[in-house]
Amino acid sequence: MPALLKEEIINVEQIAPGIFKMVIFSPYTAENAKPGQFVNIKCKEGLDAYLRRPISICEINRDEKTITIVFQVKGKGTKFLSEKKTGDIIDMIAPLGWGTFSLEPVENAVIVGGGIGIFPLYELSRSLKSKCSDITVILGFRNKELTVMEKEFESAASRLLIATDDGSYGVRGFTTDILEDILKEGKKDMIYACGPLPMLKKVARIAEKYGVNCEISLEERMGCGIGACLVCACKTKYGDDWEHSHVCYNGPVFNSREVIFDD
Amino acid sequence: MIDMSVNIAGLKMKNPVIAASGTFGFGGQFLPFMDLNKLGGISVKGLTLAPRKGNKSPRIAETPGGILNSVGLQNPGVESFIKDEIPWLKGYDTAIIANVAGNTVEDYCKMAEIINSVDEVSAIEVNVSCPNVKEGGVSFGVSACLIEEVTSKMRRLYKKTLIVKLTPNVTSIVETAKAAEAGGADCVSLINTLLGMAVDIHTKRPILANNTGGLSGPCVKPVAVRMVSEVYRNVKIPVIGMGGISSGEDAVEFLLAGASAVMVGTANLVEPDACVKVEEGIERYLEKYGYKSIGDIVGKLELY
Repeated sequence: MPALLKEEIINVEQIAPGIFKMVIFSPYTAENAKPGQFVNIKCKEGLDAYLRRPISICEINRDEKTITIVFQVKGKGTKFLSEKKTGDIIDMIAPLGWGTFSLEPVENAVIVGGGIGIFPLYELSRSLKSKCSDITVILGFRNKELTVMEKEFESAASRLLIATDDGSYGVRGFTTDILEDILKEGKKDMIYACGPLPMLKKVARIAEKYGVNCEISLEERMGCGIGACLVCACKTKYGDDWEHSHVCYNGPVFNSREVIFDD
Repeated sequence: MIDMSVNIAGLKMKNPVIAASGTFGFGGQFLPFMDLNKLGGISVKGLTLAPRKGNKSPRIAETPGGILNSVGLQNPGVESFIKDEIPWLKGYDTAIIANVAGNTVEDYCKMAEIINSVDEVSAIEVNVSCPNVKEGGVSFGVSACLIEEVTSKMRRLYKKTLIVKLTPNVTSIVETAKAAEAGGADCVSLINTLLGMAVDIHTKRPILANNTGGLSGPCVKPVAVRMVSEVYRNVKIPVIGMGGISSGEDAVEFLLAGASAVMVGTANLVEPDACVKVEEGIERYLEKYGYKSIGDIVGKLELY
């Protein structure tokens, strides 16, 4: 169950240009959140940046009773959020999203993340570590400067592969090319992905081609975050027909076979 | 002891705060955040005869002090509402208002007939003002003749409180309010959203996939208060006011301007317990000025 919470910020730090990591003391969220879920934050009281901003949970620490979010400053709301300081109180609804990553134990899992889509995959990878014998994580960034959380993912995966668009770090190219190479190497049981829509679309196609079960975390312009306003619609299969599901409520994680990508 | 209850043309509610249609679903999503028993009523997500898939995403754009939306009446259809939602919703002590929209006069009439036999529904709110669907909705709402026709035909089929929800996207809202009154409406509710547009200057495309959408939120409140005040002074039937209400003070503006009850919409998206806060705020205002009931302040605005 989500709750309306006022929680204290434990730490804020900039980890790359425009990318901030924030640790929030939130016993309720830490206790109840699942990998793939998000929080909906009122970044500033009042009318400026009126709507809450949905931000995925990057790490859940039950012992410390904290959660960590990592976000990129993209507009007014995230700018206000980045200006918050240690000790400030944050107004958030959490944890949100009923569609979360499945954590069934499998032999070999592959996690594919692109850009700011990598953040919810960190908690996923941590949670899978004890359940999967092999976890390959493939992360894609625009360039070396924007490459973040490498050490963290290294400790949460069996193998970490990094790609950058310009080749300034790791392999030059796309995460999806690496994914296909890995699937050619040997059988994988599960693919998890989060990132830009073109990447997810390609991951879904590759998963289908190689017959691997695949879960993807979607993003859409959101309103309430709790499934009431129905704005964050995405097309999903419904028998022989299709319907509009909602990213905040039915997702954000969907099985890639359910999702219909418009061309 | 302050009496917060209201009786609007037979629609009895424990307080004057109603969750506005389209911002509250059927109420279920709000259970973790508030006690539905504290609501005067819930105007449920706009219903149509057949299920509707709604418009393409993006369906929302944030604008200064508000939002534009173009959901396009996505809903499971009136029969599914009766079968799946009423059974649990009736367990709460709050008025259920069925908001209905149609493509044709016949659609509206069929829904009036269907809902007339559902005891748990206390009122119908006729949505002739949705700006986001091509077929019906607002094409009825901008024509006084059509409003009168739809209202009078539904009036014959529906025995309980019939509310007509008006669009602000007209030259004279007094004229459309009078048409609803002439058609036999028990009450008018206003305002629905203002038609608007937001542009992404980098892609040179509208933000909404529907190009246009309905503007709501605190930014529309002055327009809404003005319209409520005008309509109140020109019709005899009660008025339900809405448009940007997010606090008790906001609601009191509407009550003073002539609203007998208020609806809280966009604020629910930001503060899921907004309706309760509005109700408490109204009560504090009444207490502060020594009023005994809601009726004591309705229409008490003194114009210059």
